[in-house]
Amino acid sequence: MTDLLLYALAAGMILVAATGPLGTIIVWQRMAYYGDTLAHSALLGVALGLMLNVSIELSVIGVCVLLALGLGPLHKVSGHNMDSLLGIAAHTSLALGLVAVSLQSGSGIDLNSFLFGDIFAVTRRDLVLLACVAGGSLAVLLANWNALVALAAHRDLAQVEGRAVNRLEILQMVLIALVVAVGMKIVGVLLISALLIIPATAAGSLSRSPEAVAAGATALGMISVIGGMICALQLDIPAGPAIVLFASLLFFASVTLRKARAS
Amino acid sequence: MKTLISTRQVALRQGERQILSDISLELREAEITSVIGPNGAGKTSLVRILLDLNRPTSGSVHRAQHLRIGYMPQKLNVNTALPLKVKRFLNLAAHSAMSIDEALQLAGASQLKEQSMHKLSGGETQRVLLARALLAKPQLLVLDEPAQGVDITGQEALYQRISDLRDTLHCAVLVVSHDLHWVMAKTDSVICLNQHVCCHGHPQTVSTDPAYLTLFGQQAETALAPYVHEHDHAHSIDGDVIGGGACQHD
Repeated sequence: MTDLLLYALAAGMILVAATGPLGTIIVWQRMAYYGDTLAHSALLGVALGLMLNVSIELSVIGVCVLLALGLGPLHKVSGHNMDSLLGIAAHTSLALGLVAVSLQSGSGIDLNSFLFGDIFAVTRRDLVLLACVAGGSLAVLLANWNALVALAAHRDLAQVEGRAVNRLEILQMVLIALVVAVGMKIVGVLLISALLIIPATAAGSLSRSPEAVAAGATALGMISVIGGMICALQLDIPAGPAIVLFASLLFFASVTLRKARAS
Repeated sequence: MKTLISTRQVALRQGERQILSDISLELREAEITSVIGPNGAGKTSLVRILLDLNRPTSGSVHRAQHLRIGYMPQKLNVNTALPLKVKRFLNLAAHSAMSIDEALQLAGASQLKEQSMHKLSGGETQRVLLARALLAKPQLLVLDEPAQGVDITGQEALYQRISDLRDTLHCAVLVVSHDLHWVMAKTDSVICLNQHVCCHGHPQTVSTDPAYLTLFGQQAETALAPYVHEHDHAHSIDGDVIGGGACQHD
């Protein structure tokens, strides 16, 4: 039992260490819907993994990264709004995923565990994969931090100054795809983008520098994970939604705090 | 004089609309070139092509090797969820050939260093953007309507600063401007744009060009005359203001 709790806690901490700074980038770039789309497509990855009998984590990462890389060219070729394309991609891949999962008759697959995740079911193997992918993503993110902030502040300026803006945009999309793919196990497909957006937005309204937002988002994420896990154990409710609700509470607290500061 | 950027028969088409056609021009070292033209003339599109932010539909753009460009965009819309102080904003520059303090001083924005980017006035924002453009010690400074959102006195100071910067940094300047007075008095070369180059050359040549006079008409006549300001009031014989708003001249 203590092992389970420790694994769960470690998994949560590692995940929010990455979702904090990455979520702030998403908020600054107004890419909230993008994270959602990737999360929806993760279910297609699950189905493909089962069908092809390969590791589910790897197939989810594969689908998310492919979608991330495919959206840009699709946007250019089709000429449609990115907004509409994201909606279409999200729901097409979700529907396709649901159909594909239903075709795996008798596999005894529990859809709920993918939709909502289960932090208490994290195994040692999951933890290693999570640490590698989330840790690696975080390292790459931090190595490119100043460039990514410059991109978020003013794309044209960054480009004129010689930054490889197209490469940076692909980089941030791939990083989001990776973190969404491994985070699915913990809070589920439906709630992973909440963990990216909510703490980052809450921290943003209370901070004075880009770095403070990123650190604050991670801190709020950690509080949410701990608070959510305690609530889940005490009240016997699912952990994923409890964590997200805890983050929402912190968000509303930040709004109140900001109002109080302003007056 | 060395040519920094030259274009040959550049054209830009967006869907059915022809934005620019047959633009051939040269930007030379240490010269101030101004671009004037009515709204929708394609001034910003031209600037974006020169900066390699957009590709022309046809024609070619040639830039000198390792050209250092400082760009001051028309507007700055930083997401309010991204808190930035002025010094941190300047810290985002990809290359700096001078210190942030130096750039701020050259741009006349030293006192803004610790301010939040979100709380700057129009004129202050322009000065901070100028400081960011200066950080790379540019050989070419590109300013897209730098006086936008700046009050009248601020505009004069800003234009004066641009002239001074050319002299201290020996950089070429390309400036999109609506201020015909300054353009005619202080720039070395004027490009009069209305989807194509209507006329191009020394201010004096341009100012007598029929194409320029057609495009700017009445406004052009006052541009060479001494400063004339708009009155919203009348004066009595001894100079006192009668009615209307406050008068700022004496």
